[in-house]
This record gives sequence, C-alpha cells and structure tokens, in this order.
Amino acid sequence: MKVLKIDLSKYRYEVEDRKDLFEEWIGGTGVAVQLLKEEMDLRVDPLSEKNVIVFAIGPFTPAYPLASKTVAMFKSPLTGNLGESHAGGRTATAIANAGYGAIVIKGKSKKPIYIVVHNDKVYFRDARVIWNIADSLIVGRIIAERESGRGIRTVMRIGGAGNKLVRYACVTTETYRHFGRLGLGAVFGSKNLKGLVVIGRGSRRIPDRHKYKEVYEKILKLALESDAMKKYHLLGTAVNVNPLNQLKALPTKNLKDTRFEKAEEISGEALAEHNLGRRVACSHCPIACIHIAALRIPYETEPYFYKTIMISYDYEPIYALGSMLGIGSREGLLKLIHKVEVYGLDAMSTGVCLAWATEALERGLITEKETLVKLSFGDVDAYLKAIDYIVKQPNEFYRVLAQGVEKASEVYGGKEFALAFGKNEMPGYHVGYATHIGYLIGLRHSHLDNAGYSLDQKLKEIPKPQEIVDRLVKEEEWRQVLSSLVVCFFARGVYKPEIVAEAFEALGYETSPEELKMKGEKIYREKLRLKIKMGFDPDSLRLPRRIFETECFHGKLKEEYIKEALRYWKERYVLPLV
Amino acid sequence: MIIIIDMPKRLVIKDIEKCVGCGLCMFACSRRHGEIGNDYSGILPVSLSGFERGATVIFCRACKEPPCAQVCPTNALTPRKGGGVVYREDLCIGCKNCMEACTIGAIFERRNGKPALCIHCGYCANYCPHGVLGFEEVEA
Repeated sequence: MKVLKIDLSKYRYEVEDRKDLFEEWIGGTGVAVQLLKEEMDLRVDPLSEKNVIVFAIGPFTPAYPLASKTVAMFKSPLTGNLGESHAGGRTATAIANAGYGAIVIKGKSKKPIYIVVHNDKVYFRDARVIWNIADSLIVGRIIAERESGRGIRTVMRIGGAGNKLVRYACVTTETYRHFGRLGLGAVFGSKNLKGLVVIGRGSRRIPDRHKYKEVYEKILKLALESDAMKKYHLLGTAVNVNPLNQLKALPTKNLKDTRFEKAEEISGEALAEHNLGRRVACSHCPIACIHIAALRIPYETEPYFYKTIMISYDYEPIYALGSMLGIGSREGLLKLIHKVEVYGLDAMSTGVCLAWATEALERGLITEKETLVKLSFGDVDAYLKAIDYIVKQPNEFYRVLAQGVEKASEVYGGKEFALAFGKNEMPGYHVGYATHIGYLIGLRHSHLDNAGYSLDQKLKEIPKPQEIVDRLVKEEEWRQVLSSLVVCFFARGVYKPEIVAEAFEALGYETSPEELKMKGEKIYREKLRLKIKMGFDPDSLRLPRRIFETECFHGKLKEEYIKEALRYWKERYVLPLV
Repeated sequence: MIIIIDMPKRLVIKDIEKCVGCGLCMFACSRRHGEIGNDYSGILPVSLSGFERGATVIFCRACKEPPCAQVCPTNALTPRKGGGVVYREDLCIGCKNCMEACTIGAIFERRNGKPALCIHCGYCANYCPHGVLGFEEVEA
C-alpha cells in the first residue's frame, strides 16, 4: 500500500511504499495513528502550519461493499487533542482507485489553493477566486465543473466556517457527507486549503476469483437480506427520534428535558412521509441510507415562484438543531440543517453551542448585547441569524462561541449546563450511565466509539461501574478494527470477526478472529498512548452538572457512579501506558 | 422439431430515476475482468452536477451504427449483433479515437490508455440493488 505525502509549504509531494504499516496496523485508524506519530510534533498548535492531516482507508476498499469510509486524523482545534473524524461519500473508493492507502497533508500554502490528486499526479490549483465563497455546495459545484474525473472522484471542501476557523467547522464531501466532528474544516482553513479532489481510476488483480466471489456475495446478501442493516434501509438514522423520546433519552432544550412534546413532528416517520425526496448512497454501498428531504420555499416577494432545496437529514442534526433547540417544525428544522450544511459547520457542535447560549441568555449570564438576536427555544429565525453570526463573528461573544461551548462557558459562565465531554459537544443521547461514560472515555468522544447508548438500552439492571467500563472498552477495541478496515459502522452487524477473517483470506491474507481482536486491543492502546502524548489527562474531564439533574432512561444519574468508573478506567487502562 | 434461436441481449435502463449512485455496477464490471477496482469498468455512476440533483449511470447504448467502431483504425472495435461493439484488446493501439467519437461519452480511458467499455454481458445488472439496470433480449 502506498502513502502519498503532500507538503503545502513547498508545493511538493512524494509517494512511499508502506506495506509494513498496513500489514501491522490494518489501515484506517490503525495506520493513521502511526502516520501522525511519524509526521507530527505532537505538541503543536492545531491551527499552526505544523499540524498534520492524515486520510486513511483500509484493505477492504474497494474490494467489498460497505467498506465506504475514510478516516481523517489530525490535531483538533476544538479539543487541542487528537482529532478523528470519519466520512463516507466517494472519498474512500477514489483514494483506493487512485492507488493509495493514505494521504498525508503537511505545511501551509502561502495563498489559497485546492489540491487535485489524479492517480499518481498531484496538482496545486489556485483557489484565490473561490476562497471567500461561504457556500460549500457552490464551492463543490465550481470545483466539480472545472476538474475532470466525473464519477470516479471525491470533492472534499470547506465552506465559510472553515475559512473563518470556527473550531467545529467540517470538511464536506459529495455535498452530503462530512468529516464532521472536531474541526477538520478549521485545520483546512488554517492551511489555506479550500479543497481536496481525488480522482481514482485503477484496479488490482483478484488473487482467488472463486473464493473472493463467494465472500463478496455473502457480505452483499447479509447487507441486503438480513436484519443487520434493516434500520438503515428504511427510515435511516432518523428512525431513532421516536424511540429515544419514549425512553426519555432525547436531549431537549439544552437537556433541560429528555422528552420533546413535538418529537413526532420531526421524527423519521414524519420526515419520510412529508419530506423525503430522494435517497443516495456512498460509493459501493447498496443501502443508500442518505435521506434527502425536498423543501419547497416560496420567494419572499414574488407570488408563484418557488425554489426547491434538497437537504440531507440524519438523527444527529435532528437532535442538535431540532429537539435540543426546541424546534418542532420540520420546515424550520430543515432550514437550520441547510444553513449548517451551506457553511460547513458540525451540526452537533453548532446545536449544542446555541442551546447553551439560549439558556445563558435566559439566566442573564449574557444579554442581547452579546447574542445580537433574542435567542429562545423554538425560534427558528433567531437561530438562523445566530448561525450566520457564528461564522461571521461580528463581536467578541461570537468569536468565543466559535471556539466551542467549553470555551464559551469558561468565559461567560454556565459550565454546569455546557454540554461538552472532553471539550467536544455532546451527541444526541441521554440514555444512562454507559452513554456518558462512553462519551468521556471514548477515544474520539463520539457516541459511535463504543455505543454506550446502546449498551444502556440492553442493561437489565445497573451493574458495577467497572463492568460498564470493561464492556465499553471491549466494544471500542473491536471498533478499532472496523475503523481500520475501514467499514461503515452501520455495517458492524455484517462485518463480524469471522466474516472479516474470511474476507481477508479471500484477498490472500491469513488471519483469524482472535488475531483481529488482538489487533483491536493494540490499536486501542496505541491511540490512547497518542492522546496521552498530546496532553490528554483523564483527571481533567469535566462532568456537566446538567446530566445529573435531568432524568434519563436510567432515572437520575449519580455523579459518584461515573467518577468511580473514571477512576477505574484510568487505573486499569490509562496508567499502564504512561 | 423446435428451433431455438438465441436472441442477442443488451444492458438496458429500467428506471434511471431510481439510481442512487452507489456504483455497485461499476465495481461488478471490473470484477468480471478479474480486477478489484474500476479500471476495467465500462459503466460509470455519476451525480448530476452534485448529489442534490440525483445520480445516473453512463454506459454504451448499443448503437446499431456505432461511431466508435467506425473510427477504429485497427478493427479492435467491430459492430456487435444486437448493437454495440465487440472489443479485441490485442488489436487496440490506444489511439483514443473511439473515446472522442462516442456521442454520450460512454468509453472510458484505462490507466494504460486503452478503452474500457460495456460489451453488454449483463453481469452488472445482477448487482444493481434498486432496479435501475436490466438485461434484455433485443431484435438483431
């Protein structure tokens, strides 16, 4: 497997054969950790030119369906620690077909540019003219029309949020997929990098056609016919809104509540019935879980003129820009999602920041002098304006809010209801203990790290905190394998250890479920070690008071239980690595 | 006595509006050639200037008078019974005339400069998960 290294400061690139890395660390997350260690001074300022971005794919791309994701790793400007973000679209297959296992981006361009990787060539393109275009959809369209490679390329780019270094700006790919979390968009912005296009045409010989076909068909059949991916076949991730609301687990109005009276209105069912206009797929995925709503909006002043915009929705944006902000109208919700999409912001962080700001305003910690608009739960127009302000940053308050809710609550107060874990704004689950312990100890502070929210729903009774920690870590270790392969986490029911081993065998690599699990443990430790070297300290993890005040599926949570879990995790998993 | 006449078949579109752009057809096509990837693929899944406008696939529409065969200087491409062309790689010199001649841009360039194009084998249609592609008999 080859690694392409691009130096933006020198406008040069080189290709290295790193078969060694992929053999030992699989690909994706496993390899990205090693490349960051090799390439980056771990103490650098995330927005300095010394930050390094790694995009890595795995050995199953493009060999098998559902191996459709790419891992991005970098130092996060939001948390100051390891940033890891995954995206679908066509990025993974384009990188694979271009002939690479990973792309490393270093340095900083003097002027705005975008990069085109076309198989074995790299081009540095002038982006001065498009640099200030805030609409990431338009940026994508312009680049797509100017470059070749239609159908076999990925167009990753930033919008206004990345330009203005909002610490939770994302990188958007294929219009609707995102390297969403932890601020990769700001890192692009800090490097004067507006976009990255990868055009890939290539292939490699199948070692054993008979065996390969057999495994391929098996995986495809499992994906299409078993229940393993049923949830994503139908309503998509938005299917979660109603059940979580019924469980008292849907964060509502800055988590003052976990039941939203208008949940039904913004549920997956309602969106499918009234708004779903189209579905599209990531490359090499038959499921097509990307649900796109069609929203028809009349012109403000002219009768019988309409524009129709297509807006991709998923559970997390529905939570963050819907229930969390008290938005119960689908039209309002879709407008907010669209706004966030246009600017290239992370939907979750944006929603949590605005929810905090709304409550801080209610409590008088800040005034309208700061917020410039009267924020109140349920007021769509106010939030639309506030999102503009987060990007444009017209005053000190919005300059601070653009650095995340942790920072904002440090400056203005209200930490007890600032819902960030490890400085990263929370995802949409307030189910129980495992959910929150999962956010805290998860190595990218994401709900998908170890699926604590799912464990909570399965628990018959609350076990000892130690047991929860062990189970979460075990799940997360396996997920290191999935994110090194790199397969979509939604296909985790398909890619069980036995199938993964078979799939490797069909490609000519001997392995076993046991060896894979061991690699998962090893990658987990490596990533944790990397985080520690970047300054991660479990003792500095903050527990927002709010999560103990608002009832969840487990009732009211006890702080001591979570603290005990953290003490155990530190002793059992962190200290041996220090 | 019953005489069975084999009708030629071709790859057809059943409903293009259903395409989600997953590209399973493209990967199937290269697999048919014993390859993992897209270098040999004669079918291309594209978005319509961005996925906000949907997706479609581009492949040979089995012309009765194929311009690509007409401009091929070495007879690597010759008209096929039932439409489209038969491709003989050993005769191809990689001049790319065919790619320029195809009105709908359905001949693609491989890494080695030679064409990748649909020969209407129908293999990809087996993998289309949403009923976009079909494989049907046509009048010769």
